[in-house]
Amino acid sequence: MELSYFSHRMFTLSAYSLLTKSISKTNLLVIIISMFKERIEMKKLISTAVALSLTGFVGMASARDYISVVGSSTVYPFATVVAERFGKTSKFKTPKIESTGSGGGLKLFCAGVGVEHPDITNASRRIKKSEVERCAGNGINDIVEVKVGYDGIALANSKSAPQFSVTRKDIFLALAKEVPDPKDPESGKLVANPYQTWKEVNGDLPDMAIEVLGPPPTSGTRDAFAELAMEGGCKKIGWIKAMKKKDKKMYKSVCHTVREDGKYIEAGENDNLIVQKLEANKGALGVFGYSFLDQNSDKVQGSLVDGVAPTFELIADGSYPVSRPLYFYVKKAHVGKIPGINEYLAEFTSDKAWGDEGYLADKGLIPMPTDERKAFKSDVEGLKNLKL
Amino acid sequence: MVRVEKGLARRYRQERNFKRLGLGAILLGLLFVSFLFISIIANGYTAFQQTFVKLDVYYDPEMIAPVGETDPEILSAGNYGGLVKATMRELFPSVTNRRDKKKLYGLISTGASYQLRERVMQDPSVIGQRESIWVPADDDVDMLIKGHIDLNLPESDRRIKDDQLSWIQGLQEDDRVEKRFNKTFFTAGDSREPELSGIKGAASGSFFTLLICLSISFPVGVAAAVYLEEFAPKNRWTDLIEVNINNLAAVPSIVFGLLGLAVFINFFGLPRSVPMVGGLVLALMTLPTIIIASRAALKSVPPSIREAALGVGASPMQTITHHVLPLALPGMLTGTIIGMAQALGETAPLLMIGMVAFIVDIPGGAMDPSAVLPVQIYLWADSPERAFVERTSAAIMVLLAFLISMNLLAVWLRKKFERRW
Repeated sequence: MELSYFSHRMFTLSAYSLLTKSISKTNLLVIIISMFKERIEMKKLISTAVALSLTGFVGMASARDYISVVGSSTVYPFATVVAERFGKTSKFKTPKIESTGSGGGLKLFCAGVGVEHPDITNASRRIKKSEVERCAGNGINDIVEVKVGYDGIALANSKSAPQFSVTRKDIFLALAKEVPDPKDPESGKLVANPYQTWKEVNGDLPDMAIEVLGPPPTSGTRDAFAELAMEGGCKKIGWIKAMKKKDKKMYKSVCHTVREDGKYIEAGENDNLIVQKLEANKGALGVFGYSFLDQNSDKVQGSLVDGVAPTFELIADGSYPVSRPLYFYVKKAHVGKIPGINEYLAEFTSDKAWGDEGYLADKGLIPMPTDERKAFKSDVEGLKNLKL
Repeated sequence: MVRVEKGLARRYRQERNFKRLGLGAILLGLLFVSFLFISIIANGYTAFQQTFVKLDVYYDPEMIAPVGETDPEILSAGNYGGLVKATMRELFPSVTNRRDKKKLYGLISTGASYQLRERVMQDPSVIGQRESIWVPADDDVDMLIKGHIDLNLPESDRRIKDDQLSWIQGLQEDDRVEKRFNKTFFTAGDSREPELSGIKGAASGSFFTLLICLSISFPVGVAAAVYLEEFAPKNRWTDLIEVNINNLAAVPSIVFGLLGLAVFINFFGLPRSVPMVGGLVLALMTLPTIIIASRAALKSVPPSIREAALGVGASPMQTITHHVLPLALPGMLTGTIIGMAQALGETAPLLMIGMVAFIVDIPGGAMDPSAVLPVQIYLWADSPERAFVERTSAAIMVLLAFLISMNLLAVWLRKKFERRW
C-alpha cells in the first residue's frame, strides 16, 4: 500500500517535472531509484525501506546552513577547536571541517562560488599566485587572508637517546639528494649524498646512522621543512647561494630535493605514528609539528636547531629557525549568504582564542605578536581583500 | 607387503605432519586475532570510564542573570566559564598568581561550563542557589587518575605539573574525584576535547549510510540476480556481464569513491560529506557481493521446485515470487548482511566524498553532514592528545561489536531458515 502510494506520487511528480521541463538532477535520482523499486514485487519487505530512504531526500534542495571548511591537516587541530567552541556557544551550527591538505583544500576552495563549494580553506603555507589565478578563473575574486599564528617544526628523537644539536647546514647535508663533494666542497661539484652517519656530516655529532622519519611530499609540513630547514642550510654554502641568481630552478631543486636512498623515511601524514616509531627506535629522528612535541614531551625531545630548542617561547619570539605561519582563506562572496561566517571569524580572531593565553595556545598554536594580531583582526573585520 | 610396511611409518609421519601444519595455521591465526583483541581491549577499556570532579557551584545571579529570569536567550549568554573559575578559586583560595590560576582552571574540562549552562536552561530556579554537581575533569587529569602519566619524570616533561598534582590530591582527599561510567562517549558527537568526545555522531552517520546503502543495493542486487539466473538467455552477453560483475567485486573501494565524487557530487550536485552520497557509493561497492550471493542462493533452489510450480500452472513470475524467492531469501540475506558489514568498515571511498571530516553535530537524517565509525577511528588516531589513544581503541571495540553481531545475525538467519535437499 505504502509503496504504491509513494511510487504513484513519484511518477506524478516525474510526469509533472517532465512536462514543465524543470526536472532537476536530484528529482531524477529519486525517480530512478523509485523506478528500480517499482520493478520488484516484494512490497512489504521494502516499503519501509523506501519510506525511510525518501525521508532522506527531504530538504535536499534547501541551502546549506553550516559553514564548510577544508584544508591543511596542520591547521585542522586548531580550526576544529574554534569550530567546536563556536558551535557550542553560538546559535549557529558547528562548522564542518575536512582535513584535505593545503593544496587539496585550495583546489576545492577555488572550484567556484555557491553552496556546494567550501567557504573557508585552511593552509599551512601562503596561497600561491597560480592558485589565486585559478580562483579568479572560477569567479572568486575576493578572498580574505587570515594568518592564524605560527607552527614550529621539530626534529625530535626518543627521550632515552641523547639530545641532538644540529645546524640547518647539517640537516641539508644529511638529507639532501645531492650535496657538494665532501672531498672538495668548494669545487662546485654535486655528488649523490654519500653520508651514512651523523658523524660524517659533522664531527661534533654522534656516530649514529642517519635515519629520519618525516611526512611525504604531499604534506605542507614537508614543504615547510624543505624550505626552512633544508634551504636554510643550503644557503650557508656560498656557491649554491650564488646559484640562486643564475639558475633559480636548479637552486631550488638542489636545496629542496630530499634523498631517496632510504635514509629519509616517509612515514605518512600521521604524526602520532612517527612519535610511536621514535619511541621504539632510539637511533631515529622524526619531523613533525610542535603540537605533537608538546603533547608527547614525556616520550620525545626536540633537537636544538642552530642552538635553539623548539619551545613555545623560542618559537613565538622567532628565534627558532624552523617555524612557519599558518593561514586560512575566506570566500567573500559567501559572507552573508552562509549563516555565521562573520561570527566564526570573530571567534577565531578573538583574544580568548588566538591570544597569548588563548585556548589555541593550549592546543600548541604559537600566537602572533600583539601588533600582528591587531592588524589581522582589523583586516578581518573590514573583510580586506588579499593582495599578493 | 613388505614394501608397504616399510613405507607405512613414513606415511603415518607425513600424515601427522600434514595435520600439524593445518593446526599450526589455525593456531597462528588465533594467536594474531587474540593479540589484536587483547591489545585493543587493554588500550581501550579505560575509555568507558571518565574522571569527574565534584564542584559546589554557586549560581551567581551576577554572572548569569537576575533571579527569576527565564528568557533562554539571556540565560544562554551567561558567563558560565566564569562560574566554574569562581568555584575553583573558592576551593583553593591560596592560589592567587595569574599563572597558577590558569593551571588551576585547567584541571576542569571546558565541558563543565556547557554543563552548567544546560542545567540553568533546564531549571532557571537554581540561580542564586548553591548546588553540588559532578563535572568532567580535563583529559590530562583523567590520564593521571587512570595511571597513564609517569610521575617519576621531571616536572617539565609531564602534562601535569607538581602544584596541579597537589591540588588533585587535595580534591581526592575531599572525595571530590571519582571515576564514573563514561556516558558522554555514547551520547556525544565528535569533539576536540577527549573528555567531551563521543561516537554517537559517527554511529548515526553509519546507520543512515547503511540504511541508504541497503535500501538501494538489496532490491537492485536481488532484481539483477533474479533476472540473470531465471530469465536471461545464456549467451555471450550474459557471460560478459557475469565476468564484469565478478571483476567489480574485486575493484579497490577507492575507485568507487572516485566514481561517487564524479557522478553524485559533481554531476548530480549532491552535497559533500552526507550519508546520502556515502550510502550510494557503498551501494555500488556492495552490489556485486549481493548479486553473487543472491545468484548462488537462487542456484541452490532445486529445479524440481520450479518444475512442480510450472507443472501445476503457475506463471514464471508466480513461480519465482511464490516459490523460488522465499526459499532463496535466507541465502540472499546472508550475502547482504556480509556485504553491509563490509560497507560498515569502509573508509577509503568516503575519503573522496568528504566524509572524513570533523563534525560535532549529531546528524538527524541522511542529508546532514556526518562521519562514520571507521572514519572516527581514523580521525582520533591522528589527534595529538594522549587521551584519544584509549578512545580510538574504544571506538574500534564498538565497531567490532557491530561487525560481530551483524555476522552472528547472518549465521543465525542461515541456521534458522536454511533448507537442505
